[in-house]
Amino acid sequence: MTQEDNESAAAIRVENLTKTFVLHVQGGARLPVFADLSLEVAAGECVALYGPSGSGKSTLLRSLYANYKPGRGHVWVRHAGDSGGGWIDMAGAPPHRVLEVRRRTVGYVSQFLRVIPRVPARDIVAEPLHALGVPLADARARAEALLGRLNIPAAMWDLAPATFSGGEQQRVNIARGFAVDYPVLLLDEPTASLDAGNRAVVVDLIHEAKARGAAVVGIFHDDEVREAVAERVFDLSKERGAA
Amino acid sequence: METPSPLLRVRNLTQAFGPLLACADISFELHSGEVLGVVGESGSGKTTLLNCLSARLTPTNGIVEYDLRGRGLTDIYALSEPERRLLLRTDWGVVMQNPRDGLRMNVSAGGNVGERLMAVGARHYGAIRREAEDWLAKVELDLGRMDDKPKHFSGGMQQRLQIARNLVTKPRLVFMDEPTGGLDVSVQARLLDLLRGLVRELRLSAIIVTHDLAVARLLADRLMVMKDGKVVETGLTDQVLDDPHHPYTQLLVSSVLQV
Ligand SMILES: Nc1ncnc2c1ncn2[C@@H]1O[C@H](COP(=O)(O)OP(=O)(O)OP(=O)(O)O)[C@@H](O)[C@H]1O
Ligand SMILES: Nc1ncnc2c1ncn2[C@@H]1O[C@H](COP(=O)(O)OP(=O)(O)OP(=O)(O)O)[C@@H](O)[C@H]1O
Ligand SMILES: [Mg+2]
Ligand SMILES: [Mg+2]
Repeated sequence: MTQEDNESAAAIRVENLTKTFVLHVQGGARLPVFADLSLEVAAGECVALYGPSGSGKSTLLRSLYANYKPGRGHVWVRHAGDSGGGWIDMAGAPPHRVLEVRRRTVGYVSQFLRVIPRVPARDIVAEPLHALGVPLADARARAEALLGRLNIPAAMWDLAPATFSGGEQQRVNIARGFAVDYPVLLLDEPTASLDAGNRAVVVDLIHEAKARGAAVVGIFHDDEVREAVAERVFDLSKERGAA
Repeated sequence: METPSPLLRVRNLTQAFGPLLACADISFELHSGEVLGVVGESGSGKTTLLNCLSARLTPTNGIVEYDLRGRGLTDIYALSEPERRLLLRTDWGVVMQNPRDGLRMNVSAGGNVGERLMAVGARHYGAIRREAEDWLAKVELDLGRMDDKPKHFSGGMQQRLQIARNLVTKPRLVFMDEPTGGLDVSVQARLLDLLRGLVRELRLSAIIVTHDLAVARLLADRLMVMKDGKVVETGLTDQVLDDPHHPYTQLLVSSVLQV
């Protein structure tokens, strides 16, 4: 597809995004990560963020989720929400709008699971779906299907993941990220601590998400995974600017 | 409408104690279903702010408006004293840092919960008792202790009883001052789990003061960071904790191990 063909189907559009950290606890040191970065991702497309360690891949991904606040620029997301749809700027929208976009439109799989005390794996996965109004029983059924596909034994579904291994926790995290059919998916090294079998499951999940029209932005340190899922690579090492 | 009107609107709130500005020119809005966390060092004005917001301390300056049922946004300090007391008993809940200040120590646990129901008009003894039992079970208090006085309870039990007492009338807005302060870690985890569940289930709006950033991360949608009576940073909880901009917030976040 050409860039023009994609235009109408764009799901996320980043314009002139600039991020510089100012570290006040370290004497006000300025750390420019990227400047005037622009990127567009179409529905059904997967773009892999690429570049050496520290080049700003995670920083960009977090900025797309409005977890980091960029200094300048826009992160336009096509959102179909309760209070009307349209393009919403994640870098400028008020907090309750950002939360609404996160509930419905943009999913994010972080590198590590944030364990919630006493909440069992099944409910951690079901929670985002239930929060959208899906009945708890249905949300749990979907959670179980995903946990099963990711080879988490049924005996562990009732346990809080605090004691799970790194790879097990990451698979719970992935299941949670895929529980809702988000139109936009952000994935930070989802396969980093997984064996070959589970990597293949994640690759399948990403293919399925794209097939239903999701736009995917991901960081994949594994060349094989990246080549299997991404149609394009976006190189962060070219984006550094003295912002 | 694009954005519904807020549940609570605070404009230029200032509280002076002599020359000391405990709260200086604070403005913000709270929307229905939202949980706002207030963090900041000791003495930064968090409890004072909570007292001003919950109609228990008239601010030196500024306006606190609440969306009264049927009346819309109303200045809470323009209400009559009985109106304000009714608000505190019905629409609002206040969970105090020290359960001793929020419970009646010489009334049974069941009575502490039932009393609130009676204040909103419940009269049928059996129904009141059943509802009280329900809530004691919800906060995981042993029903066998229902007729005991809370002065013999542990700190964690007292705190859970205080939460039951405040939530039994299904308030729309709850103010909590360090709800997990002074509790050991396992009790804290259970209390947090309970609060998380209740906030979601009852679609509560809440303002929670805490010095514990992990508690804030778990419970709050938004954070307000206070220093010397001023709000120095606000935003989505994960933004403020993961990408703090103000020097004080950066110091606060970097001084704890991991949140
Ligand atoms: N919250 C933060 N506060 C301050 N500096 C940060 C923060 N997050 C990232 N950085 C800095 O921004 C730069 C880019 O980091 P980032 O994590 O985006 O790199 P990355 O490309 O994802 O690297 P890796 O491949 O190692 O994960 C680094 O210098 C990092 O130290
Ligand atoms: N009634 C009062 N009279 C005089 N000064 C007061 C009064 N109440 C509070 N202060 C002062 O106002 C400032 C803010 O107090 P406040 O109790 O609001 O702090 P806080 O942020 O809740 O602290 P902590 O985390 O220790 O509970 C403090 O310097 C305190 O000494
Ligand atoms: Mg990274
Ligand atoms: Mg206090």
